[in-house]
Amino acid sequence: MLYREVGQFRTSYAADEAIFPIAQDRWFIVLLVAFAFVGVPAFAGQYLYTEILIPVLILSIAAIGLNILTGYCGQLSLGSGGFMAVGAYAAYNLALRLPQTNIILVFLFAGLMAMLVGILFGLPSLRIKGFYLAVATLASQFFLEWAFARVKWFTNYAPSGSVAVGRIELFGIPIDTPGKIYVFVLAITVVLALAAKNLVRGRIGRMWMAIRDMDIAAEIIGIRPLNAKLSAFAVSSFYIGVAGALWGFLRLGSWEPLAFDVNRSFQVLFMIIIGGLGTILGSFLGAAFIVLVPIALNQLPSWLGIPLSTAMISHIEFMLFGAMIVLFLIVEPNGLARLWAIIKEKLRLWPFPY
Amino acid sequence: MLGPVLETLIGGLLTGVLYALVALGFVLIFKASGVFNFAQGAMVLFAALSLARLSEFMPLVLALALSILIMIALAYAIEFLVLRHLVNQAGIILFMATLGIAYFLEGFGQTLWGSDIYKIGLGLPTEPIFILESVFPGGLLIDPIELAAATICALMVVALALFFQVTRIGRALRAVADDHQAAQSVGIPLDQIWLVVWAAAGLVALVAGMMWGAKLGVQFSLSLVALKALPVLILGGFTSIPGAIVGGLIVGAGEKLAEVFLAPVLISSFDLAGGGIENWFAYVLALLFLLVRPQGLFGERIIERV
Repeated sequence: MLYREVGQFRTSYAADEAIFPIAQDRWFIVLLVAFAFVGVPAFAGQYLYTEILIPVLILSIAAIGLNILTGYCGQLSLGSGGFMAVGAYAAYNLALRLPQTNIILVFLFAGLMAMLVGILFGLPSLRIKGFYLAVATLASQFFLEWAFARVKWFTNYAPSGSVAVGRIELFGIPIDTPGKIYVFVLAITVVLALAAKNLVRGRIGRMWMAIRDMDIAAEIIGIRPLNAKLSAFAVSSFYIGVAGALWGFLRLGSWEPLAFDVNRSFQVLFMIIIGGLGTILGSFLGAAFIVLVPIALNQLPSWLGIPLSTAMISHIEFMLFGAMIVLFLIVEPNGLARLWAIIKEKLRLWPFPY
Repeated sequence: MLGPVLETLIGGLLTGVLYALVALGFVLIFKASGVFNFAQGAMVLFAALSLARLSEFMPLVLALALSILIMIALAYAIEFLVLRHLVNQAGIILFMATLGIAYFLEGFGQTLWGSDIYKIGLGLPTEPIFILESVFPGGLLIDPIELAAATICALMVVALALFFQVTRIGRALRAVADDHQAAQSVGIPLDQIWLVVWAAAGLVALVAGMMWGAKLGVQFSLSLVALKALPVLILGGFTSIPGAIVGGLIVGAGEKLAEVFLAPVLISSFDLAGGGIENWFAYVLALLFLLVRPQGLFGERIIERV
């Protein structure tokens, strides 16, 4: 009843092409973002910030990045962890060697470096397709992981191989409490998500989707695979690099290459599959799902009052997680974003069943 | 100089056979159902864990028989609970499902059988064998487990080739691999074929798990062997059994030679903290190779039409 676009006429081209053409959607998003900026800090505690909100936001950025490459351009990649590492170490080295640099520039630099590396490792995609490409991207994952563990310059000759960042401040305001970190990450996420949404709606996004749906046909209608695929790799790696730098600087504080191993790549891939391939909304839903489910599974035995050893809990967590992934794929292979679309469709017709 | 090179080469080739064993399981399933089965590594771990724990209570032969039954039951469960419900889904969805299966099996195997390091006693001699002592000073060192693995692998490839070429089920398998719809329309039951294929891959996993378990001990890291088998796979081509073998040999030999001869050069020229390049060398080798032949050594040529 509330959710019906009756009487909303689109009288201009701009209104017709808006991101949220329905007024209710528009208001919902505006209120949600306003609530995230103003409402959440009013009640959120340390645990909610550091264990849930900040990880979900940062990983959403990474998921948007991978979604651009895999969901929109159809190039399956298992190298996200490696690109996140590039972002994190690039940011670390810039902050270390030029300490006066503005933190925004540091993160931009992280994205740009990841972009360069992404283009380099994206070159094989011009010849290799499908699962062959997926395995080829694993090459970048393992090579980058190795490079950051072994090349001493990257870690500033730290004997333990782990690096730590110092004080982070933006225009003189220190970003030190979880609340400030949250608002900072949220602002970056909103900007990047909006940019991504507009990219995929525009000419470049259509180019990517044409390549995804059938690359030879796309080539025949005049889309250059070189431009389309490499631009997808570039944009995607930029997002993933920024996410990696944020993860290192604001979530971990100090890290080793192991923080960006192949499991991180799988984690991001899980997010976009569960959230929904080729949707920006799905990246957020998937990130929330993948962050929240292990936390819930971890708490489950103590809620039920079953005493279990920690090793046992972690094994059972693995089991349940795997089972949930499979179950999810069987029930809704198009992801959470599709469920959301179905709910909206039902809501428009409600209370009538047809 | 020739002695150490030859020794490294032989060691690498024999390790390569072990990689090929894991890659074989991938190829079997991909060929017959187009599923990129990431759970193969987890299946290797699961099979090895079952065998190791069962053989603590009973003679090895009995444990082996029971493990074979367990792997067949597992194949049935995967077909019945997962694949049956995902018919006609895109390849990436099936791939993700096998990732889910991999997580499940890793957790389930360790919940059921425990997560310590277990031993599989195959009764093989553990003393290294020295050959060609008359040609080279000190002779060449060979690990008997790897030698046994190579023999078993050769036998298995022959058996699989016969199975595919001669038997009725083998013919049906090749038909399914060629074209699902056409195979179904001439009356080949797809679900039974998939069951057979997954069971076969389970048996290959069992053999691979046995060999790797005897070499390294049965532990969680066994499931990571699958990651080593992936470059083997793209080198040889996803659809070719000989490709898996040849790819395994190339990767095994290349990796060992690179670790011994390339790593010191890299370390001294780039000021590295240690070598360890075997983690990525195989991948980069395979990647470079793919640039020349995108379908791998023996993979089917991909012909695309609009």
